[in-house]
Amino acid sequence: MASMPAIRSREIKVAQDIPISKTLPFWEGLKQGKVMATKCKKCGKIYFPPAADCGECLSSDMEWIELSGEATIETFTHVVIRPLTFQHERPYTVAIGTLKDGVRVLAWLTGFRPSEIKVGMKAKLTATTTPDGTPIYVFTKPT
Amino acid sequence: MKRVAVIGVGCSKFGNRSDVTISELAFEAFKPAIEDAGITPKDVEFVALSSAGAGAWYEENLPAVVVSEYCGLTGAGLLRSEAACASGSAAFATAYWTVASGQADIALAIGVEKMRQIDTPTMVEFIGRSGYYLWEFHLFGLTFPGYYALHATAHMAKYGTTEEDLALVAVKNHKYASMNPIAHLRNKVTVEEALSSPVIAAPLKLYDCCPISDGAAAVILASEDKVKELKVEDPVWVSAVGYACGTANLSKRRDYVGLDSTVKAAQMAYRLANITPDQLDVALVHDCFTIAEIMAYEDLGFCKKGEGAKLIREGQTEIGGKIPVNVDGGLKAKGHPIGATGCAMIYELTKQLRGEAVERSRQVPMKNYIGLAHNVGGTGHYCYVTILRR
Ligand SMILES: [Zn+2]
Repeated sequence: MASMPAIRSREIKVAQDIPISKTLPFWEGLKQGKVMATKCKKCGKIYFPPAADCGECLSSDMEWIELSGEATIETFTHVVIRPLTFQHERPYTVAIGTLKDGVRVLAWLTGFRPSEIKVGMKAKLTATTTPDGTPIYVFTKPT
Repeated sequence: MKRVAVIGVGCSKFGNRSDVTISELAFEAFKPAIEDAGITPKDVEFVALSSAGAGAWYEENLPAVVVSEYCGLTGAGLLRSEAACASGSAAFATAYWTVASGQADIALAIGVEKMRQIDTPTMVEFIGRSGYYLWEFHLFGLTFPGYYALHATAHMAKYGTTEEDLALVAVKNHKYASMNPIAHLRNKVTVEEALSSPVIAAPLKLYDCCPISDGAAAVILASEDKVKELKVEDPVWVSAVGYACGTANLSKRRDYVGLDSTVKAAQMAYRLANITPDQLDVALVHDCFTIAEIMAYEDLGFCKKGEGAKLIREGQTEIGGKIPVNVDGGLKAKGHPIGATGCAMIYELTKQLRGEAVERSRQVPMKNYIGLAHNVGGTGHYCYVTILRR
């Protein structure tokens, strides 16, 4: 990098294990084509991303619910300059949509022509699988 | 709370500083601040050092420790503050509260960042990880320009703000940076150049984004007793520090046309300072991306919600206008070394309030001698609003 005199630091590579034991039904749900959220049994607040604990009333008595797929797109961006670990991807569209359930979801928006994408348009939240077999959720065209 | 004054400020040259280590860079801001205050390092009782990328984009893991040793501060109280891009303001707030509470008579807030020791895709990676890692970065690769692009899209859809309006912010801030010798980007730009620059995260283009910079800034704060003892001629008083945080997940925000944390922090600061926005002579606002400056005009109450673009179109945020904003070039062109930015805002505000902007062409005429610094971490994940008054 440096054009100035420099000493190269020792290299370190790290990758952490991110615990999912408390959100396992979400990751299992994706494989069955469902996008799940949690709902606090005490105060009724719905959490997406799913949470094992309610920050609203501090209860940990939560139930799993399946989200409706109907979304209204609130905003979006086409990400051209990508991070190091996304260099292999083509530029992608990230969107935030509000579901009928009231919760918002941030995900890739796929299957639309760029000129079709508008704030306020309808999209469908879909559980799917990436080409390398990872379960994921994306916004797609409503059928 | 005791009255607290800023009695010394210093700022390094911003830009690519591959000539210096983190400590050497910090010293470039620290020494002039100490000289400005007329004290010695041994007089500093407490140090709040802000730096966001320690161990990630530069090699030191605990920069507060090495910088303190290098600057002769060993023995003082010490902490490192992290509030993403608002780390410098968080350090300033910490130093302020330390003095205001009577815990120390003299405290230092020093911000230092080295962001150019690694390549750009890795930097985009690190900064992209700074929202909610798993749900927004790991799965979907949302980048930092992407965060603000989501706001730009929403603002354009709701209020009719255009890409030209965004470009006008870049044109203004580059103009002031061209008059500021310590700024990173000193070239003037035109609307046409900005509009034809490469897309980073649509609708944001290269000229809508701040550069990746290295830099440092230092601020020395003192109690009223110390101000008298040191016979400080022109103290700049800390009038208020307002603060708030926003959700980690962007998906949980109320809307995307502004930052709730800015609104809340600003209201708190105005209340504590007992002023209204129209009393401000000058403001430094968080313009890491051009849309951020337009939203800041609205969220800080310089205009009504949705009228930010009108303000820039009419030139109301230039010197001579209603409220001059980012007359040092802003993050957009002066540069945004994350941990240094908040302290650099206090540096510029202090210089402006004292009437000693190094270049007379950038000196804002003062009526009430009140200025504001607005520093956002993430996309409103953190926010600090600081009001200074001479
Ligand atoms: Zn609850």
